[in-house]
Amino acid sequence: MRRALILLLLLLAPLSALALSSPADMLPDPAQEERARALGREIRCMVCQNQSIEDSEVGLARDLRLLVRERIAAGASDAEVKSFLHARYGDFVLLRPPFAWNTLILWATPVLALLGGFGLIWLSRRKAVQPTPPAPLTAEEQRRLAELERVGGGTQA
Amino acid sequence: MTPLSRRLLLAAPFAAAALGGAGFYTALQRQRTGAYNPRGVPSALIGQAPPAFDLPPVPESGVEPFAAADLRGLGQPALVNFWASWCVPCVIEHPQLMALSRQGVPVFGIAYKDKPADSLTFLRRHGNPFRRLAQDVPGRVAIDWGVYGVPESYLLDAQGIIRWRYAGPITPEVLEQDLRILLARHAA
Repeated sequence: MRRALILLLLLLAPLSALALSSPADMLPDPAQEERARALGREIRCMVCQNQSIEDSEVGLARDLRLLVRERIAAGASDAEVKSFLHARYGDFVLLRPPFAWNTLILWATPVLALLGGFGLIWLSRRKAVQPTPPAPLTAEEQRRLAELERVGGGTQA
Repeated sequence: MTPLSRRLLLAAPFAAAALGGAGFYTALQRQRTGAYNPRGVPSALIGQAPPAFDLPPVPESGVEPFAAADLRGLGQPALVNFWASWCVPCVIEHPQLMALSRQGVPVFGIAYKDKPADSLTFLRRHGNPFRRLAQDVPGRVAIDWGVYGVPESYLLDAQGIIRWRYAGPITPEVLEQDLRILLARHAA
């Protein structure tokens, strides 16, 4: 029981590490801080690449967190903060990439996969509904059929 | 199920595995030769002038600092290098910067988030390749350049437009295979 409890605590430990912004870095206005967090979760940490700047402990992520807060405190809109970072780090910094010709396949993939799935279902159902008709009987089989129908049954020889 | 479709069904997993294998092999080969870098990110500043900045000197280095204006219209290509004394790959890169500097390529250094005393010790030990040297302790100018790690280097053409960015140490291979060609291409 105690071991299970310790194991559970160990498993939960990484979760507590997610809230990273140190209190000193937070904005005094809770609404602005909330906006900064929501925005930060959409900005990729360029160093760890699969984390947002709100999740990462890397120095650059902290610098960018502070930068986002500084801009928001100065009255910038979410879109302005994003375009500020986009101008410096490109599409890659946005965890939700913009819709453009070079990201078309990326955005279209779920739709294409869904259509492909429907296509497969349609194909397999069409096959199931229309079983191929049996091949016509040969002359030999016709004769045997007439025989079977005349006798109407049989026993093992 | 006809024998043909059964055979197709049997072959499908093998075909998928073979295709995947070929894909991974190509990716690994290209990674080995440097043609493909899975962590590589293109710079957003290619084709643009450097962002506005004016940075302070590294005290006692005896090397003048620089601002964005100093990178305009040098009449020859130049390299802007973000580095730090605490950065291990920077030690690997250093001989190549020294070589470039000896060959007359202007190398502009920005010490990123480094203690000035440590920057000085590094340069005294390994030599100074920098024509101009500035420091960016808060790392804010680096963010304006789109820097996400050190070392990182930007090649500017003769007019001062950013043409190439390399994230990571300029190894002898990068110098010979990529940078030389780019320097020749942007010679005037």
